[in-house]
Amino acid sequence: MRRFVADKTRNLVRRASTCSPTCPVSPRPHHPPSLLSQPTSPPFSSSSPSHPSSITSPLRFLTAAALHPLSFPASPNSMASNYSTTPVTLQSVNPKVLKCEYAVRGEIVTLAQKLEQDLKQNPDSHPFDEIIYCNIGNPQSLGQQPITFFREVLALCDHPAILDRSETQGLFSADAIERAFQILDQIPGRATGAYSHSQGIKGLRETIAAGIAERDGFPADPNDIFLTDGASPAVHMMMQLLIRSEKDGILCPIPQYPLYSASIALHGGTLVPYYLDEATGWGLEISELKKQLETAKSNGVCVRALVVINPGNPTGQVLAEDNQCEIVEFCKNEGLVLLADEVYQENIYVPDKQFHSFKKVSRSMGYGEKNISLVSFQSVSKGYYGECGKRGGYMEVTGFSPEIREQIYKVASVNLCSNISGQILASLVMNPPKVGDESYESYTGEKDGILSSLAKRAKTLEDALNSLEGVTCNRAEGAMYLFPRIDLPHKAIKAAEAAKTAPDAFYARRLLDATGVVVVPGSGFGQVPGTWHFRCTILPQEDKIPAIVSRLTEFHKKFMDEFRD
Amino acid sequence: MSSKPLDYENLNKNVKECQYAVRGELYLRASELQKEGKKIIFTNVGNPHALGQKPLTFPRQVIALCQAPFLLDDPNVGLVFPADAIARAKHFLSMTSGGLGAYSDSRGIPGVRKEVAEFIERRDGYPSDPELIYLTDGASKGVMQILNAIIRGEGDGVLVPVPQYPLYSATISLLGGTLVPYYLEETANWGLDVNNLRQSVAQARYKGITVRAMAIINPGNPTGQCLSEANLKDVVKFCYQENLVLLGDEVYQQNIYQDERPFISARKVLMDMGPPINKELQLVSFHTVSKGYWGECGQRGGYFEMTNIPPKSVEEIYKVASIALSPNVPGQIFMGLMVNPPKPGDISYERYVRESKAVLESLRKRAHIMTDGFNSCRNVVCNFTEGAMYSFPQIRLPPKAIEAAKKAGKVPDVFYCLKLLEATGISTVPGSGFGQKEGVFHLRTTILPAEEDMPAIMASFKKFNDEFMEQYEDHKGYSRM
Repeated sequence: MRRFVADKTRNLVRRASTCSPTCPVSPRPHHPPSLLSQPTSPPFSSSSPSHPSSITSPLRFLTAAALHPLSFPASPNSMASNYSTTPVTLQSVNPKVLKCEYAVRGEIVTLAQKLEQDLKQNPDSHPFDEIIYCNIGNPQSLGQQPITFFREVLALCDHPAILDRSETQGLFSADAIERAFQILDQIPGRATGAYSHSQGIKGLRETIAAGIAERDGFPADPNDIFLTDGASPAVHMMMQLLIRSEKDGILCPIPQYPLYSASIALHGGTLVPYYLDEATGWGLEISELKKQLETAKSNGVCVRALVVINPGNPTGQVLAEDNQCEIVEFCKNEGLVLLADEVYQENIYVPDKQFHSFKKVSRSMGYGEKNISLVSFQSVSKGYYGECGKRGGYMEVTGFSPEIREQIYKVASVNLCSNISGQILASLVMNPPKVGDESYESYTGEKDGILSSLAKRAKTLEDALNSLEGVTCNRAEGAMYLFPRIDLPHKAIKAAEAAKTAPDAFYARRLLDATGVVVVPGSGFGQVPGTWHFRCTILPQEDKIPAIVSRLTEFHKKFMDEFRD
Repeated sequence: MSSKPLDYENLNKNVKECQYAVRGELYLRASELQKEGKKIIFTNVGNPHALGQKPLTFPRQVIALCQAPFLLDDPNVGLVFPADAIARAKHFLSMTSGGLGAYSDSRGIPGVRKEVAEFIERRDGYPSDPELIYLTDGASKGVMQILNAIIRGEGDGVLVPVPQYPLYSATISLLGGTLVPYYLEETANWGLDVNNLRQSVAQARYKGITVRAMAIINPGNPTGQCLSEANLKDVVKFCYQENLVLLGDEVYQQNIYQDERPFISARKVLMDMGPPINKELQLVSFHTVSKGYWGECGQRGGYFEMTNIPPKSVEEIYKVASIALSPNVPGQIFMGLMVNPPKPGDISYERYVRESKAVLESLRKRAHIMTDGFNSCRNVVCNFTEGAMYSFPQIRLPPKAIEAAKKAGKVPDVFYCLKLLEATGISTVPGSGFGQKEGVFHLRTTILPAEEDMPAIMASFKKFNDEFMEQYEDHKGYSRM
């Protein structure tokens, strides 16, 4: 224990000394105090605003210890002492592991699972009869049905032995059978149970490249495609390539999807935040990017890449094309890799916005391979397909030298390959049934049904949130989330402090206790210090939305009655 | 713009240093030759279905039904699928919330983890806790997760057998740790000598390395040996004395080709030893659906089981798993099926037994054909493949061949394997990719080519080897060793 304390102290001293220049206490007299004048201060504050801390600050480490009694040994008598001499203890586990956080499945979710168990044993144990998981973009767990055609093809590829049987034609559509044959013919030996090429099956990559070319109007090369088990491993792979030490920084939006903060922490790099402007619908200002880049540079951080999530998670905005041009120009001029998280490209809910891939934007600007390094991430988990459990996805890697490509391939090959079912599905979502195919009508019917229902749900929830006292909510132009801001009364903030929790986590917990609705506190995504938010998916089925709205409204009213200043 | 972030010189050095021979130079050359139209026999990766092994029928039926649950309501489903597959598909779907299309718990579907725990209990005779079993996208991902929790920096070392499966060396270098080698004894049938272990640890400590874990691969990859119970006991005691986490890579536990040493899990050995050691030694065991008679590599299904890991560390491992959201659900169901196959009396039982027996018996025959084939070749000696999927013959290269390799700028066994590839189309992995004692050379082949092709492959190897030795050997006798 003593060694642990000594180590930790040394660690803290070292961290404090390395990060003190970045810790944003330095006054900026020439800037008027506004929300955006403090962006170098803590994006991930989970403490009260009077105790700012940042992702790199030692304070945060201590705060986390106080906040998570489960994960830190509280006293020498705790259970951990039984294990104190073993090689993997909390004291000796990789500190990068300790440091990373992933709020989407954090404390609130653990509590929700417990409440769900309670309800199973005694349906009357809580003032609600079910837990509604709005914490995670997991559509099919909330009743969204898969696209029939995709599943038919997957089933046939999983069990090719029945393809030739006449009974099969009674069970499956003809174009699904045909597509399964096509896909199997692209797989050496038709072996869906074999490891594939580490980048993914060549024929499927060709299909995907053709799909990208059709989407963008610019050619795509199958050799640029790396199929992965969902988009997350692809992001990890790029972080692994980019981050050499804590001196390397990655520009990330705040609020951001915590995959980025977590994977930067795991690889030991530094997250360089840039703030999205809530007042302009979560706008992305190039001036803000420049400012943050300069600040990071002056602190000795070498910024290597810019993450853009479009459509935004958790913020739901869809970037305008001219804004994207500016971003591309910025990355080109500053020599940054552009990491474009485009997993929500099919999730657009407003007629005045359209998705444009960064590949298309940069090619239309006349920038090619030699001008900009761009990685675009796509997933089968989102869109109208929402096939999270399949872990399918890809990244399209352009603007890198062959020797770097080789290095990416090598890292991919250590894990052998991504799962084949996910690879097949990725090819299907990039090449769905076409006009004239037998399944075309059922496919478009299912797709349009899902997307228009999501748009309706987004609007209903947005309106409901905006009608609450002290709550403002930008519209979800795309993606799957609303990210309302709550002006919490001082009394609520005080109560949260007393409960040793972040004010928005306090609110989210109360909400869960009262309604069974699970949301993620804004502190898990980062937010302008002193502002509080939560993320709520728009995924519960349409018939559940009215009940959610009324429960939420009733809860919020009671909460405000209890804490109103 | 002078220097871009992903220019080679700016790349993370851990990435540059990492090596993964199974898909390295030989494999790339083989792929090129294949493109040129040459027939290539890929024996570089343990990838049974790629070499013609047929999947077992029952699991594929169940998965197909889980993919297309609307079939379950179709009155004609019974024409194509047997009733027990239909029942099993319903069983698995009822464990999920949202079928194959929803993220599961980050640790895997609780119901499947429970079935895995029951399997472990049946296998070892000791209860297992589903809460300590995490499903993964293949065993490799599990190994990476655990090593990530262990390795803090280059001062941390992990004991790895040499020869080893390069997943370990590659992952350790990606994570910036230090590989501490211990040599397996080829003349003792790739046995594991605890004195060697002690020496390795002492040397590492002398260099200031904190040795934190020890990996064992049982049955061995690439070496094919099955560890004896006594040997495993020594390992467990050693890890206990030296305060190491034991990592038991047991992915080949179904692949056993002799009867003297059946597979015994590190966990069973540990539990048999009783207190205090069974309550204290930290052990993580890995398994997969890619090997055995299943060979379902493409599914990426696997699990690890933690023993004696403190709850708070388990929480941290959970947190990291949760960043990847969940392992792929079809792979999880494959794992569920593997630990709980059809039982006597089930409609599909007979077929399942017939199919799996056929695979195993044929592998056993192939293991013999291959070992005997290698041992009949000039300057080649090969231990019998007791388990796993590989043969790892030693090639006694004549000095002239070693010289020729140096001239060509190649490691001698790479030189030999490239020549073999060009002459015969047999794509192997040079021993240097796995590690070997200095001055000794090997190659690894899988025993997976179809049984009927095996005699021809071995004949073609023998012909090549004879000619190679003829070309490079002085007629004064054998080279050293």
